Order: sequence, then C-alpha cells, then structure tokens
Amino acid sequence: MNSDKITKLVLSLGSFILIIVAAGMVYSLVVGSIPAFKTFGFQFIFSNNWDPTSGKENYGALPFIAGTLISSILALLISLPLSFSTSLFLGEYFKGTRVARILSTLVDLLAGIPSIVYGLWGFYVLRPLMIELGIGSQGFGVFTASVILAIMIIPYATSLSNEIISMVPNDLKEAAYSLGATRLEVIQTVTIPNAHSGIIAGYILSFGRALGETMAVTMLIGNSNKVPDSLFGTGNSMASVIANQFGEADGLKLSALIAIGLLLFVITALVNALGKLIIKKMQ
Amino acid sequence: MNTTENIRLQDTSKGRQLKDKLILGLVILLSLITISPIVLIIGKLVAKGYRQISLEFLIKNTPDTYTAMTALANGERIPGGIANGIVGTLIMVVLASAIAIPVGIIVGIFLYENPGKRLANFTRSLSDVLQGVPSIVLGLISYLWVVKHVTNGYSALAGAVSLAIMMLPMIVRSTEETLKMIPNTLKEAALALGTPYHKVILRVLIPTGFSGMFTGILLGISRVLGETAPLMLTALGSSMINLDISKPTSAVPLLIWEFYNDPNMIDLIWSSSLMLMAIVLILNLISKQIAKKTK
Repeated sequence: MNSDKITKLVLSLGSFILIIVAAGMVYSLVVGSIPAFKTFGFQFIFSNNWDPTSGKENYGALPFIAGTLISSILALLISLPLSFSTSLFLGEYFKGTRVARILSTLVDLLAGIPSIVYGLWGFYVLRPLMIELGIGSQGFGVFTASVILAIMIIPYATSLSNEIISMVPNDLKEAAYSLGATRLEVIQTVTIPNAHSGIIAGYILSFGRALGETMAVTMLIGNSNKVPDSLFGTGNSMASVIANQFGEADGLKLSALIAIGLLLFVITALVNALGKLIIKKMQ
Repeated sequence: MNTTENIRLQDTSKGRQLKDKLILGLVILLSLITISPIVLIIGKLVAKGYRQISLEFLIKNTPDTYTAMTALANGERIPGGIANGIVGTLIMVVLASAIAIPVGIIVGIFLYENPGKRLANFTRSLSDVLQGVPSIVLGLISYLWVVKHVTNGYSALAGAVSLAIMMLPMIVRSTEETLKMIPNTLKEAALALGTPYHKVILRVLIPTGFSGMFTGILLGISRVLGETAPLMLTALGSSMINLDISKPTSAVPLLIWEFYNDPNMIDLIWSSSLMLMAIVLILNLISKQIAKKTK
C-alpha cells in the first residue's frame, strides 16, 4: 500500500518536472525580453529599424517577423502540390503496395536529413541553379530559402494526410465506384471531403515546422536585416537572426534577440495549437 | 436512347477516363519529384565526401586554418579529422538521453495510467507545445539557464540540456502510445496476483512495451544528432577533444558549420556531412524496422 503511493508520487513528479520546464521557459523568455520591450515598447514588433551601433542602438523585429512569415508561407505553397500528390499516391492510388512502402520510407528519410545538410545542399546545388535562372545575382533570397524549406516540411504534411486519407472507409469509396465513378471522381467526392480537416491540420503543423527552421534558412535567405522587398529579394528570419547575431550580443541587443525568441515561441505555439485542435475535433 | 445520345455519352465517359489517367500521371510525377531531393542530396554527399573519409578522419582533431590552407596550396588532402566533434556529439547525446529518457518514460507512464484526469491532459498538451518549440529557442533557454547560471560559460552540459528538452516530448509520446497498445489484461493479471504497483510497471509494462519505447528513443536521438542551431548558443565548439562537460565542446554539426564558414576547410564539409547523415539515417531506418516488427 505504501509503496504504491510512492510509485504514484514518482509518476506525478515526472509530470511536474515537465510543467516546471515549460513554465520556466516562458518565464525566462519573458524576463529576458523585458529590457527590450521596456526600451522600445510595442514599437519593437512594428519597427523595421535594426541598428546595433552603440550609442544609437535601435531594434525592431518587423524585418524578421516578415521574413519568417513570408518564407514559411511560400514554402507551404510550394510543398502543397508535392505533399498532396504524395499522400494520394501512398494512401489512395498505391495503398498497401510495395512501391508505396518504398516511397514512404524515402519520404521519411527526407525528415531525417539534418537541417545543416539541407543548407549545404541548398548553398552548393540550388543556389547556382537560381543564379542560372536569373533569380538574384547571388542566388540568395527568400525564394531560395523557401524552396529548401518546402522540401524539409514535405514529410510532415505527407505523413499526416496519408494517414487520414488511408483511413477513409472503403465502403464509402466502393459505393461511389459502383455508381460508375472514376478513381479521380471518388477522390474528389469521397476521399477529400472525408479527409479534408486532417489534411489541413497536416499543412498547419508543417507550417509550424517551417517557422522555426534555422540553419538551412540562415545559409540561404541572404541575412539582410530588412523587410524583403520582393519574393526573390534577400531578408532574414527570426530564427536565423538569433543564430547569427547571438555570438556578439549582450545587454540590450541580447534582450532584443530573446524577445524575438519569445515572439517566435508564441507564434509557433499558436500555429501548433491550431493544428492539434483541428485533429482533436476530428476524433 | 437514340444513337447520337449514345455517342455523346461515350464521349463524356472517354473524357472522364482520360482526365482520370491524366491526374494519375500527374500524381506519380509529383511524387517522384518529391523524393528526388533525397536521392540528389545523398548522391552529392557521397560523390563529394567519400574521398576524405578514412581512419585518420575519425580519430584526428580538426586542423587549423593555416594547416588546411597549406595543404590546399600544395594540392594535398587536408590532414586531420573530426574526432573532437564525434566525441563531443557522443557526450552531449548521452547526457541528453540520460536526462530525457527517465523523465520521458515516467511522464509517459503517468499519462497512460491517468487517462482523462485533468493533470494528465494538461501535461499532454504541454508536451505537445514543447514538441513544437523551435530548436533555436531551446538553445536560448539553455543559454539563459545553464550557460549563465550553472556552468558560467558555454558548455557541453548546456548543449545537452537543450537537446534533452527537444527529446523529452518525443519520448513521452512514444511511451504513452506504446503502452496504450498493451492489452489491459496483462496488467490486471499482475495486479490480481498482488504484485506491488511499481513492480507491475517495471516487470510488466516496461518489458512489454520495450521495443516501442526503444523506437521512440532512437528516433529522438536521430533527431537531435543533427541539431546545429541550439548548440551554437550553448556548446559553442572547440578544436580539441574535451571531456569536461562544463567547458565548450564541439559537435559534428557544429564542425560542419565551422567548415562552411572557412574557405580553407570547404573540402571537409562533405565528408563530415556524409558521416553525420549516414549515422542519422541508419538510426532512423533501424527504429522504423523495429517499429514495423512490433506492429
């Protein structure tokens, strides 16, 4: 009896550790960013002036927020047709076949490649290609970063939508076939309407992934601290400005970077919560 | 039905069939495009990286810029290797696992044992939130906690803490999911024999669910092995093998980042990336294989 109570206590202790870690993260980020918010107020979020020159220091997060959002949205748009086709391939057209198993293993491997390797490949293979296509003289920019991001998030969207698509009841599809529907018509009228919220949730979660990617984006987006003036222009993202400028940061600048970390944390948490909520509603 | 109508029907049917085939072709084409990067990336790494890989590459420290420059100028192979990175990565991953695995499994068992309870639901949501936190933010956190207050400087411990927070939610989730699949009768049988609760967990739940949990742990490790961003803010890097966890330490991904930024060392990025990727992908495949067998 007594040992059972101890066991239960140990188990709940674990969950308290997790709660403390999560609460501590929010606390540290908020405390760390107070100096920046005190100095610049909410102007910090809307100002696009990032000037670390001592004496007239001024930090605004808008260029990075814009860079993160634009590159992630663009990545989502690029990945959409690819991951949607792949999940149809896996969950509908070739469901349960050997080809599908091989393809799904390859897509999973895509999720296993480290971010920095994507960055290298983007830098040495994709960037020269962009130069040849005439996109920017250096090949850096939001568009190049988005293409790499798109490849990186494909597995996340694919695996969830594939799972949902293959769960659509067979008798519904068979009913449509028996009425003479072609495969495409079955997909349009049965599969997608039944699976759409799961598919959307998959895209939202993969969007959340794109928001926080650091290395690959750092190596390709061009790292210029301004709001990108076009999709092919250079910019910077929230994650990569932290990675790039952290080394020489202290005082107000460090606080500004922590504040950007806090904003990034809040944005990704909201996006993920939305995705999880949609999944929960489905069940 | 007269003949013209019949022909028209056949026509629309043909159109529908054609559209069906076209879309199928498009789906196959786009799926092939989706997986082409993996082939291209691995191909590029192997083609460019295999020449540098040797025993020396695994057991020697990274050369300094000057040595690399001289070797380049003489048209020789760059001497040295990535031993400092390999050792550092090992230390940090082992430390991170030592922190994350016990806590993760305990939380996972707690969630499984208290379904529907408010504390469990709250913990599960928090774990989901943690899973979505960008790795660079975890690096910031570990900087604020460990670098500033525990080791008073960049350290392997700080790197390990950021990696541990990253692994934790993955282990929690895989533990809970695995335990859910174990038939309740097993646990009930043990309890009916009067087995104390902790023995039910240690002798029944964990052994039965071992392979599932192991899969989760391997996947978690393969995720953090390639992480660069949080280590830049915590472990910083070092050109020597360092066994002291309170000192700056290198890691394979950190070395790749250093090589990338140093024009003299460019030749080394491919072989180090090839090594890193091979380890990550092999771990990935092993864990998938175990998962498939247990299903």
